[in-house]
Amino acid sequence: MTIRTEPMTVNVGPQHPSTHGVFRVRITFDGEDIVEVEPVLGYLHRGTEKLAEERNYVQIVTLTDRLDYTSSMINNQAYCLAVEQLLGIEPPPRAKYLRTLTAELQRIASHLIAVGFFVQELGAFGTPLMYTFRSRERILDLFEMLCGARITVSYMRPGGVFADAPDDFWPALDQFLNDFEGELAELEDLLLNNEILMVRTRGVSPLPPDVAINCSVSGPVLRASGVNWDWRKMAPYDAYDQVDFDVPIGSSGDNYDRFWVRVQEVRQSLRIVRQCIEQIEPGPARLELPLVLRAAPGAEAYGRVEASKGELGFFLVSDGGISPYRCKIRSPSLINLTITEHLLIGWKLADMIVSLGSVDINMGEVDR
Amino acid sequence: MYGLEMAKGLLVTLTNLMRKPFTVAYPEQRVRQHPRFRGEEFTWYEERCTGCASCAKYCPLGIIKIVTSPSETAPLQGDKYLLETFDIELQRCMFCGLCVEACPYDALFMGSGFEEGQYRRTDLVISIDRLRQADKNPSTWFRPQLESMDYRPGTSRPLGWRDVGREGWRWHQREKAGMRLQGRNAEDDA
Repeated sequence: MTIRTEPMTVNVGPQHPSTHGVFRVRITFDGEDIVEVEPVLGYLHRGTEKLAEERNYVQIVTLTDRLDYTSSMINNQAYCLAVEQLLGIEPPPRAKYLRTLTAELQRIASHLIAVGFFVQELGAFGTPLMYTFRSRERILDLFEMLCGARITVSYMRPGGVFADAPDDFWPALDQFLNDFEGELAELEDLLLNNEILMVRTRGVSPLPPDVAINCSVSGPVLRASGVNWDWRKMAPYDAYDQVDFDVPIGSSGDNYDRFWVRVQEVRQSLRIVRQCIEQIEPGPARLELPLVLRAAPGAEAYGRVEASKGELGFFLVSDGGISPYRCKIRSPSLINLTITEHLLIGWKLADMIVSLGSVDINMGEVDR
Repeated sequence: MYGLEMAKGLLVTLTNLMRKPFTVAYPEQRVRQHPRFRGEEFTWYEERCTGCASCAKYCPLGIIKIVTSPSETAPLQGDKYLLETFDIELQRCMFCGLCVEACPYDALFMGSGFEEGQYRRTDLVISIDRLRQADKNPSTWFRPQLESMDYRPGTSRPLGWRDVGREGWRWHQREKAGMRLQGRNAEDDA
């Protein structure tokens, strides 16, 4: 006797807790196997690009905090680099180091979230996530010391950072770095070679490098597929040409590699932070600029950084006014989502959430 | 050997079980608040404010409402404007602190408190009277002069308007408003 079956379409999200925000994906299953995937976006659209057109160049910094709210410092940095290109100015060296340092701290915080939630979606409910959040909490505490806010930092400004770090920041940072070495080693002991994690993620949803490149994927997802591509190395900005670090590269681009690359990048970020502390020298942290900036009419600039999720770019066009004529945001999460079909089709329902988690999207950035 | 790494992981969780908790029970205990913390209760010094509305213009959301009128007493006391309204709509405020950055007279400061929950939306608008009467515990955000005097909001004593200026209150003497400050000083001395 045969049982007649037919494909079934299921909505995952936008309220599903595992989709990292309000991401909805319409999936057609044949039994447990995924045969069709259709991401539906737009539930968190706030019109950031349009709002940017009616704010002046400094006010837009507050908008960039809210793009990828797990890595606000890096968003600030990308935007400020774009404005500096537009105006043709260069921040003082101390500001460059402060930016590099805070951006790397933010990368650690963002990757800790990515790793923690990735493991949580595998079923390790709570424990590893709480360990990563404990470390992230201390980074956010450092940010509060620096700029008075933990998530919506608004720390950087075109022409530097808003103010130099307070005196008690440096001992606190040293203390954090010393403690975090141990915490990271613990996390690696707990997760990196865990048999259950290996069985669930090794060889699951591999992403070949040619597909990754064709989909314009960037960041840890691209590097996990074995492509050596990091804007911090390719086109160093701020103080990245002064510091020495490695770019971890995965081999097969499966879920485990994407997870592994993030853990390794945390180690490299720690290296960069330590070098920044050694190399930073006293000096001004901000250029003297007028409160309201104006660029030449017709000027264009594209500022890009290697954000924690991939290449984050701001394309600004000026018409000579106090606000940009156009502000296009190239957000890594949106473009990394284009590989959803390649990752999910042919795999089982239970791997779907894990594969989505391994891409580490952030809906604030996808919908803007 | 299968299971070895899992045992290693369990050892990690076991050592963490023995550790002190990292979290604090919030209403009873509090974490240390940093002086630059951008709090909700704005601190405003009427004596320093000239009603120039730089803060209102620089606010990305436009939530500061300032209404002024030319002061009748202006020629005598050096007042440029009478401030009638200074409303800050907290329900839309995102605490970016750009208003504080824009203030040229060090009259507006971020506050240090953060427990501003209200039952009605209208209560979330800080009116000029509330700003006048509020305790002056400014945050040191974007105010290096407060950082250099080793002031800690909440634990140090509230600051008066003479203490918070960028170069002491004398900075104002060069300005038109300085006349007003001098006049007030004479009143205080008498």
